[in-house]
Amino acid sequence: MSAPERFLERLTARRAEDPSWVAARRQAGAARFEALGFPTRRDEEWKYTDVRRIAEGDFALATDPGYDASRFEAQRLDLDAHRLVLVDGVFSAELSTLGQLPAGVSVEPLSQALTRNHEAVGGALGRLAGVDFSPFTALNTAFAEEGAIIRLAPGTVVDKPIYVALLSRAGGQPVMSHPRILIEAGGRSEATVIEHYAGEPEAANFTNVVTEVLLDRGAIVNHYKLQEASLGDLHVASIHVDQGRDSRFNSFNLSLGGALVRNDLVTDLNAEGAEAAYNGLFFVQGRQHVDNHTLVNHNAPRTFSNENYKGVLDDRAHGVFNGKVFVKKDAQQIEAYQNNANLLLSDRAEIDTKPELVIYADDVKCSHGATTGQLDEEAVYALRARGIDEAMARALLTLAFAGEVMEQVKLSAIAERVERAVAGRLPERFNLSDLVETAEAVQEP
Amino acid sequence: MASEEMEQLVRREYKQGFVTDIESDTVPPGLDESVIAFISQKKEEPQWMLEWRLEAYRRWLEMTPPSWAHLEYPPIDYQAISYYSAPKKPEDRPQSLDEVDPKLLETYEKLGIPLHERAALAGVAVDAVFDSVSVTTTFKEKLHEAGVIFCSISEAIREYPELVRQYLGTVVPQSDNYFAALNSAVFTDGSFVYVPEGVTCPMELSTYFRINAANTGQFERTLIVCDKKAQVSYLEGCTAPQRDENQLHAAVVELVALEDAYIKYSTVQNWYPGDEDGKGGIYNFVTKRGDCRGDRSRISWTQVETGSAITWKYPSCLLRGKESIGEFYSVAVTNGRQQADTGTKMIHIGENTRSTIVAKGIAAGRSDQAYRGLVKIGPRAKGARNYTQCDSLLIGDQCGAHTFPYQEIGNSSATVEHEATTSKIADDQLFYCRARGIDEEDAVSMIVNGFCKDVFQELPMEFAVEAEALLNVTLEGSVG
Repeated sequence: MSAPERFLERLTARRAEDPSWVAARRQAGAARFEALGFPTRRDEEWKYTDVRRIAEGDFALATDPGYDASRFEAQRLDLDAHRLVLVDGVFSAELSTLGQLPAGVSVEPLSQALTRNHEAVGGALGRLAGVDFSPFTALNTAFAEEGAIIRLAPGTVVDKPIYVALLSRAGGQPVMSHPRILIEAGGRSEATVIEHYAGEPEAANFTNVVTEVLLDRGAIVNHYKLQEASLGDLHVASIHVDQGRDSRFNSFNLSLGGALVRNDLVTDLNAEGAEAAYNGLFFVQGRQHVDNHTLVNHNAPRTFSNENYKGVLDDRAHGVFNGKVFVKKDAQQIEAYQNNANLLLSDRAEIDTKPELVIYADDVKCSHGATTGQLDEEAVYALRARGIDEAMARALLTLAFAGEVMEQVKLSAIAERVERAVAGRLPERFNLSDLVETAEAVQEP
Repeated sequence: MASEEMEQLVRREYKQGFVTDIESDTVPPGLDESVIAFISQKKEEPQWMLEWRLEAYRRWLEMTPPSWAHLEYPPIDYQAISYYSAPKKPEDRPQSLDEVDPKLLETYEKLGIPLHERAALAGVAVDAVFDSVSVTTTFKEKLHEAGVIFCSISEAIREYPELVRQYLGTVVPQSDNYFAALNSAVFTDGSFVYVPEGVTCPMELSTYFRINAANTGQFERTLIVCDKKAQVSYLEGCTAPQRDENQLHAAVVELVALEDAYIKYSTVQNWYPGDEDGKGGIYNFVTKRGDCRGDRSRISWTQVETGSAITWKYPSCLLRGKESIGEFYSVAVTNGRQQADTGTKMIHIGENTRSTIVAKGIAAGRSDQAYRGLVKIGPRAKGARNYTQCDSLLIGDQCGAHTFPYQEIGNSSATVEHEATTSKIADDQLFYCRARGIDEEDAVSMIVNGFCKDVFQELPMEFAVEAEALLNVTLEGSVG
């Protein structure tokens, strides 16, 4: 039996009572996935990322959402939010807090929407992430049975962040989950949505998530993806964004956890004045592998994009950055900037970076830059000359490197958490424990 | 800038289109082992060479043409190409310039290359390749005194088989890629240069490539070896007559630099780009690679690419020796329906190796251009350093400019920088010039030349002049 067949067998065993429109979608996804199979490194899009660990895995599907409440309390982001929690892809009503949604805002688990045969869900879902995008979106389309459907009525400004926590458990057979998230932001609405991946430290599950975001005229969405899953988790995610006139999408992609992480972020700027900002930070150690593929399609004139991705790599970690800016013919007066900077802390770490420009219009200002190197020895010297020991100097400079992305983060609960995590994960040779303790002490009320 | 001026610019005609009618000794179209044996026999090659070719051919049969480039063209029928063509029967090959077919000399005259005069005046030795057979070589004596070997590759295979056998295919192996394999099987000519230890070549070496007989693909093979502490500057320039059918050109260039050696390889390429619909232009699928084999060796590629319907070309450097240096300076101009997918590879293997990449692309008309580059830093390349700058200038709103830089970095002590920009000629720049009484065409020419300056200053003197003239020809007709 081939790997795709083995995966799809779980589907046949699982779904029997879908409404016909859902069943048809699943069949289309399954057929496409079977035809495509898992990507190999011969595929240009997967040149630096080997997914055999996923393809050769045997993953069950979870059925219950049990999760240690005190552990979750310790792991969750410390902020006031409308919260939807999935445990191994199963909705946990117990851990979710969706009781106080303001008027004009709807947040519900995908399973509810599907059983209600929700016409609007059927229409918007899958519009951006088709089964042809990658074998993993096809696989997700076949399996997606849980997730979050977030809707904002025109003019609604959501009072608190919408926080989707996706937890991964350890013990027993590894499981797979295929969450599906849909954000529909009506005209001039505004919201902050957080996807937070965490879980038990020994977990070794496979998460294959697809997120679709539709921004109508003038809408603003701040999207955070914080990856803090266990160092055994396999994670494939794609985020698809469709932007209307004068809309703004701010993406924060912060990747710390996971054994294998692949992110695809695709934004279509479809009308004048649409603007996208991509902020990314990844810090990988051990044998972690993180692959960020980003694409901005400037399909309309006077659209803007700005991208800044930073990577810190230690030990034998492997990082991949592939950023593409596409400017369609006649999409004039575009501004697109892209930057990727990487810091290698170890001789065995590897980074493969490829910032691409594909441009078919002439009245454009497009630039990209990519740098890879080590800490600036002159900066280290400058700090040492001021009485800071070398290890501390290197730690501070590494934090400052990450800080350029972190200072864009508006949510202090996330910014502080990531900064502390970065500081805490710095190599011991940087001797940062004192600093971390001081920082912790300052944080205590 | 007014759009009609751009239109005019786009419609510039190929100025060097003409066909020389010359008696060819051509095999019928098609490729099989007997054709390869025929070529090898014609070239009076030793047995090992024939076997080497056949090995390449057998590998080629198992390969598929690359499809990853940002190019579109119909599949090539390799059986419709004639793989051997000589301007005269080998037995009455001209022994000196006086014996050269006057029509050939006339061709050179039309191209503005008075072979003997120019060679004498400029002090350049010319190994003129006309179709597939080397017709004449000058200044051989002077080079001989210095101990430099400069001859056609066929002659080298006959006269210096040990040298050729030692280095041929060691930089670009037979099965390196589809076109290199094809070239290895059927190459008919090209140049061979060997500069012995400690010798600085007394003159710049130059070869003019021409493609002539209809339906003849040209498969050059060039091998340049610079021994320890030796230096050479090699110039390659080409033009071709107007033609309706696509002509395939799959050359292979191999450079070997031993300890402290320096090879400078400069190219001006102005082959027929095809008509307004892109029909009839040259397919230029070239594999060029330099091997900095010795410590402190240096290889520098400079190219000005203005011709060809399709360019697929990535001059590369393998930086194996410690502290070796690789350089790539490129200007690519595409117009009409030209397509270019070009760039470089810098493979850092040795410690403290350095590389510089400066690529300037100018796209006009309905052309499509891509920079594709790889910078790879191996785990042992401590202290490796790369700087890449690639800029694109778009003229008109029907063209495309793309950048695909790959960076693979496996060493924390390496520093790699990449910068790229894409823009058009800014209105304020044009306005600034016009306000000072410079007319529009000159202003555009100045701005474009300024845009390319970083590359032009790397070219040898005569080539720099030629390159600027070429750009001006490109911009001719844009006067308002």
